[in-house]
Amino acid sequence: MDILPSSHPVLPVKYFRIIFVTGFTLGANSVAAQTTEVQPALLSQPGIIITILLLLIPLLAALVLFVVKMNRMVGRVGSRKDRDEARRFAAYLQTLNAEQITELEQRRNVLNYQVPPNELSGTLTPADKRGLLSNINEKANIRFIAEKKKSLNRPQIDPALSKLILWFLGTATFWLVFGTTVGEYLGIKFVAPDVDQFSWLSFGRLRPVHTNAVFWGWSSLAMLGLGYYVVPRVGNNAIASIKMGWWTLVLINSAVVLGSLALMAGINNGGGEYREYIWPIQLLFGIGVIITLVNYLTTVARRTTHEIYVSNWYIVAAVIFAITISIVAYVPVWQNGLGETIIQGYYMHQGVGMWFMLFTLGLVYYFLPQQLNKPIFSYSLGILAFWSQILFYTLIGTHHFVFSAIPWSLQTVAIVGSAGMAIPVISGTTNFLMTFRGSWHKVSGSYTLPFFLVGIIFYFTGSLQGTAEAFRYTNLIWHFTDFTVAHSHLTMYGIIAFFLWGCIYAIVPRITRQEPPQATVGIHFWMAFAGLMFYTIPLMYGGTLKGLMWMDGKPFIDSVVMMFPYWLWRAIGGTLMWVSHLIFAYNMYKMIADRRAVNINAVAIDELSKKDYELVDFNDKKP
Amino acid sequence: MEYFNDHKKLFITAFALFFFLTMMVAILPALNNQKNNKPLPGSEPLTADATAGKAVYVKNGCVACHTQQVRNVEMDKVWGSRPGIAADYAGNERTDFWRNTATLMGTERTGPDLANIGVRQPSVDWHLLHLYQPRAVVGQSIMPAYPFLFEVKNEIQPGETEITVPDEFRKGIKGKIVASKEAMQLVAYLQSLKQTKLYDTASIPKFLYKKKPELAKAGSGTAEGVEAGLDGAALYSTHCQSCHQANGMGLPGAFPALKGSKIVLDDNPELLVDIVMNGYDPRPEYAVMPGVGQAANLTAEEISAIINHERTSWDNNARKVPPAEVKKIMEMLAKNKGI
Repeated sequence: MDILPSSHPVLPVKYFRIIFVTGFTLGANSVAAQTTEVQPALLSQPGIIITILLLLIPLLAALVLFVVKMNRMVGRVGSRKDRDEARRFAAYLQTLNAEQITELEQRRNVLNYQVPPNELSGTLTPADKRGLLSNINEKANIRFIAEKKKSLNRPQIDPALSKLILWFLGTATFWLVFGTTVGEYLGIKFVAPDVDQFSWLSFGRLRPVHTNAVFWGWSSLAMLGLGYYVVPRVGNNAIASIKMGWWTLVLINSAVVLGSLALMAGINNGGGEYREYIWPIQLLFGIGVIITLVNYLTTVARRTTHEIYVSNWYIVAAVIFAITISIVAYVPVWQNGLGETIIQGYYMHQGVGMWFMLFTLGLVYYFLPQQLNKPIFSYSLGILAFWSQILFYTLIGTHHFVFSAIPWSLQTVAIVGSAGMAIPVISGTTNFLMTFRGSWHKVSGSYTLPFFLVGIIFYFTGSLQGTAEAFRYTNLIWHFTDFTVAHSHLTMYGIIAFFLWGCIYAIVPRITRQEPPQATVGIHFWMAFAGLMFYTIPLMYGGTLKGLMWMDGKPFIDSVVMMFPYWLWRAIGGTLMWVSHLIFAYNMYKMIADRRAVNINAVAIDELSKKDYELVDFNDKKP
Repeated sequence: MEYFNDHKKLFITAFALFFFLTMMVAILPALNNQKNNKPLPGSEPLTADATAGKAVYVKNGCVACHTQQVRNVEMDKVWGSRPGIAADYAGNERTDFWRNTATLMGTERTGPDLANIGVRQPSVDWHLLHLYQPRAVVGQSIMPAYPFLFEVKNEIQPGETEITVPDEFRKGIKGKIVASKEAMQLVAYLQSLKQTKLYDTASIPKFLYKKKPELAKAGSGTAEGVEAGLDGAALYSTHCQSCHQANGMGLPGAFPALKGSKIVLDDNPELLVDIVMNGYDPRPEYAVMPGVGQAANLTAEEISAIINHERTSWDNNARKVPPAEVKKIMEMLAKNKGI
């Protein structure tokens, strides 16, 4: 469009005006600064101050008036220029011919264009010919809690496999409730040590009952049960042997029952954490896991896909590693003297990192994209995380014994490896969070995704917290304090438990076609999350204070007394967590237990056929 | 990569990497440690009673709250005279056919470290009473009570030890509370937990991360005998409180009261310093006091702070003893004992 003069960039005249006028008046201040020296005492007198203020008021008013008048004068100059411009433009417009005017009118119509209301929807009336719309809520009721999406009606899973999985998850739920009841009781004992004095319930015996029950009872059974779904699913075939799966279930449950009883009776493997079950009992667990390894490997070997999906990398490797570390931890050949401690550090950490974490990551690589209905962000990142986890995680076991008599070089390797852990953790976290990209809105509408999201966040923070604990100065403050208890719960609970819950809430309704009540799932989530925060934050804070007190050389008993309020808060948080597990158990019941529900349609048709109505089948299919 | 589409290759590679690293950080170091460490020359193997006591320790899961490692850091100086070394643990072997080794290093200090408890607190009476009800000797302790390690009898046999339990912890028990064999064995084990003296001083690891010395407060002259920065009440709490209690009253039948004690209030502090340094056992009705000063390597300044606290607390009112005087007494005591 060349007929219009291009609007030359008019420097905003008004800005000039303000700068000009303000600068002038400020410059005038330099004159005012040359006040003669008045005795300070005089100026601080109230009467004098009031008088000076009274004098300043008309002066300020005059100043303001002056600024306003200058502004207006400069403005008038500017507007005169604008008016001249307008007159020249009007003169130009009078010179236009008819053709140019028509062009201008067309341009105006184009600029005023509005999309007609039915441009996208068309003129046809709406009709749902393929059953895409369902669950239309015609009553606009304001819900107290926002409604979450229900799981889709998908083809049925093999009933035999369903039964196996549900038994795994059901027994896992039992051990969760049992194990955390014990844990809750232990937390109470911290603040009320004389609550009981029975030998079977004394703290030193109950503590390993709690840790082993939630490790081998709850976490392992839940993981394996979910694995029995994922491993064949991502290979697009069936599990090799369901019968072997039952053997695993029975063996692991027996191990935990016998182990818990043995520990309460005082039969203990020597105090190495998480391997307090004596070897005959742990062997039951080990055999169960070996059976599952054969099962999984055969299933993977028989897969119909060409590649092995990354979930199976993690899951099967985790099972292999679990067997390896159990053998290394129990074989006595290299465990005299401090060797036991080196093995203990190795075992403790590979247990949580290469069994629980690796397996659970494999589950997340399946369930998260499934729940988001999006592919994993980057397959390569998943592979990078896999190899770097094996490389770095294996090295870090000795960080449990920094500053002990273990060789300094081994401790340093552990600390360096702990720093290297940033690689798998950051790649894993990035992978998961980026998978959410574009689907963040789904989180508020789903009752499984919040669990996954919390798990991912704690995966990042909890793992790097572990890295931070390994560095020498922070180890100095936090070692032996309750800070490590906070860390272990942030990780085993915040990561593993939350992920497992997310997977369980995703898969069980799929299997049983019964949804849990959404309100109680929400309550479970929030109580578990809030409880965990009440648990870990006071312990982290108190633990830091404790360590600093020790470094300051304060008497030990003072640090015990100091911790009491933090232990109390921990017990409160723990209670919230424990109640949330009861609610979880209730949700499991609601999902699994057969609801004797009346199928209204079927019963109605039965009624019709009884009353001698002739049923006419329109579609030639069974009603 | 096509290579990893073969499940055998994938899992064998993963396992090989894991196994290689396991060898490097766990198995080989453990074997190496086993080969290169023997128990120290001065260390004694556990007696039969102490071995049985260690089994009681393991059975009751004491390792859940108590560590047995003196780290090579300054703050662990209160737990032992030197940091622990690998040889300290070399005597631990596989417990039996059913169980692994129990080095009991521990991972949590809910309660104090026990590596040197045999030196710090060797009193059988204290340990038995503490086991029966920890809060009888340490009021704010959260350690569980172990009354099931004791029996109630009307008559004690020779060789059995009765413990004097204060009324409020007796829970109405009328008979005599006697330590069971398990309790005695456990105490024997605790008494055996001593750091062996290392004669090769060059190989003793140092305590790292020393605290920077606090600046002396202006005007706190030695006239008052209070060393700048030393808290007599805190030192008392660490070294003396578990027996003589925070209120200085001790426990009747076990530990004498310091409040109103002639020895504490004596103007001549020689006997008092001797007791603090070397222990005391004049009366059978009281437990044997260990040489707390010797065990903890207390300096003259620390002892001065402690006894001044004792001499001026709980209605005690004796003159404060300056560190210089304490030092002279300590030197004299050492000379007399021929050390």
